[in-house]
Amino acid sequence: MNRLTLQPAARFSQMRRVQARQRVRMLAILGAILLAGVMLTLTLGQSFTPLTTVLRILGGAEVPGAGFTVRELRLPRAVISILTGACFGLGGIAFQTMLRNPLASPDIIGISTGASTGAVFAIVVFSMSGPAVSVVAIVAGLGVALLIYMLSWRQGVTGGRLILIGIGLAAMLQSVTAYLLMRAPSWTLQEALRWITGSVNGAQLDQALPLLIALLLFGGLLLSRSRDLETLRMGDDIAAGLGVRLATTRITIVISAVALVAFATAVSGPIAFVAFLSGPIASRLMAHRGSLLIPSALVGALLVLLGDYAGQFLLPARYPVGIVTGVLGAPYLVYLILRDNKSRGTL
Amino acid sequence: MLTCSQKPPTTQSSGVTAPHLRPATRTTQSRKKLSTRFAGGLLLLALLALALMLSVAFGAREVGWPEIIAALSGQVDTIGDAAVASRLPRTLLAVLAGAALGVSGGVMQGLTRNPLADPGLLGVNAGAALAIVIGIAWFGIDETTAYIWTAILGAGLAAVAVYAIASLARGGATPLRLALAGAATTAALSSLATAVILPRGDIGGLVQSWLVGGVGGATYEQITPVLPFLAAGFVITLLAARKLNLLALGDDTAAGLGEKVAVARAMSAVGAVLLCGPITAICGPIGFVGLVVPHACRLLVGGDYRWLLPFSALAGAVLLTLSDVFGRLVAHPSELDVGIVTAFIGAPVFIWIVRNRKVGSL
Repeated sequence: MNRLTLQPAARFSQMRRVQARQRVRMLAILGAILLAGVMLTLTLGQSFTPLTTVLRILGGAEVPGAGFTVRELRLPRAVISILTGACFGLGGIAFQTMLRNPLASPDIIGISTGASTGAVFAIVVFSMSGPAVSVVAIVAGLGVALLIYMLSWRQGVTGGRLILIGIGLAAMLQSVTAYLLMRAPSWTLQEALRWITGSVNGAQLDQALPLLIALLLFGGLLLSRSRDLETLRMGDDIAAGLGVRLATTRITIVISAVALVAFATAVSGPIAFVAFLSGPIASRLMAHRGSLLIPSALVGALLVLLGDYAGQFLLPARYPVGIVTGVLGAPYLVYLILRDNKSRGTL
Repeated sequence: MLTCSQKPPTTQSSGVTAPHLRPATRTTQSRKKLSTRFAGGLLLLALLALALMLSVAFGAREVGWPEIIAALSGQVDTIGDAAVASRLPRTLLAVLAGAALGVSGGVMQGLTRNPLADPGLLGVNAGAALAIVIGIAWFGIDETTAYIWTAILGAGLAAVAVYAIASLARGGATPLRLALAGAATTAALSSLATAVILPRGDIGGLVQSWLVGGVGGATYEQITPVLPFLAAGFVITLLAARKLNLLALGDDTAAGLGEKVAVARAMSAVGAVLLCGPITAICGPIGFVGLVVPHACRLLVGGDYRWLLPFSALAGAVLLTLSDVFGRLVAHPSELDVGIVTAFIGAPVFIWIVRNRKVGSL
């Protein structure tokens, strides 16, 4: 009798163990691909540098010829790509999970655009640079997020209204960004494209530290709420019933996600669709095995790293990463629109 | 408390509208409607005249009446005369662009039966931009007429693609789907356009021209080639107005009333693209005019497209000309491109429409 009642529980715990093992395996695979990607971008560019040489250079050795390329060009680019990609991935999945809609990612509802407008405003109008730009970007991003939420409030917020209002605001903000860029004293196409579609051109290692701190701080905050975020997936009422404090959880998630997106945007511009794509890709890969936060961060990092590599070396001309991800993301958005009504809301 | 304060206006307004619903007063109602239309039309004409005067009189350089009159009679002796003379083609372009975009937006809203339809939102700007870029980079086109044809082609293809994507999904083209399909198409097409331009340093300046739309620096040489297209567009859309009225009843009803739905749609679509394509080719993206103007005119003349379209033309011309004047005054002595001004007028209206209508969820 005892055996009969215990059996389902035992099977369940075994299933959980299998799932946990599969999850770790998938994360390991993602990590390995990311590592391989980093090695690829560090060794093979316009010229080939053997991996051993790269490792020696990273260890501090002076190698004539290759030293500059690896240390000053390839390494900063790879580091910044990974950090911004991870930030976008985390910010995206946090919004998508919280609002239970894959379309509600910061780059579609205008939050990245807001941060970008803020950054451009700070640079062009106030001649700011460095961390101050990030602060303005975050304030702008949070302001836009708050505005979208307030404007879409009408006896509650529905996903459709929130997304539409976000699109409307994004259109307005884009025209502001474009205007500021055109009025800027030094208009260059490459610089302008950074703020319109996103680019990691001219990445420098000293940009990495603030980005890393932001990633650890706000990413850590999100991870500490990861269980609540998973519960929110089931709906606000159920989550509240299960003991999630809705208001504090939401505020923490929104602030962390916006901060992540804004920090990344202040460095690389709003790299098109990375936040939008990372979550759903991670979700397919993990197939409902636990939290999607870390997988999305890894996928985001991979998207930016490889997208930038493809834009630099695999295409006939050199393109900023945002152009590559912009072309990649649009078909997925179309697919989401065409997809059957019934499965809406699930990632 | 909140509900209490909301209640009285509702009862009051129903008290006002109740007499109109009585059959006996129908003729008075229609006569009254006609007089509202007449008054509205006069008001718009007066506003247009005012807008024209303001547009000629105000700008970076302050001018007096003698200079304005001299410039209007064709003299360009002083700098002031020349300044006024340079405002004339610009004003003309603003009027034409506003009228064309207003009508085009109205037609697109009728065609898609969608309150959020607008040339910009349907991907027309990005489509026209990509087509022109490809034309210049790969086929070496370099004259305005060729630009216009290319822009019409690109605009048409983009609009059809966006509408097709949105309506292929089960449940048809809801406003949300249309907006998203437009956003996706715009993102993809502008990425592609940038991809075509980036390897070509010589045409890099093109990116600038379609980031923000404006009517500054217009010349008569630029405007003349557009006129035949706009004329054709206006004629076709006005001829299609009755068909749009029937389409508004739903495809089945329209077909039942003897309308060839496919023909009606094709005709209105061609008219709308003939209007917005050429304007986008010379002005760049001017968003939201096509969205705002028809909605405003609907409040004035109701949903009958035979009235709505001409009124949209007038109101569009007024809106764009005044926006242009405003852009010149607010950033004096520099100027704000009219595309920015219309975005700031349009986005709040867009949000208002979204808030006040039931938007179908995806």
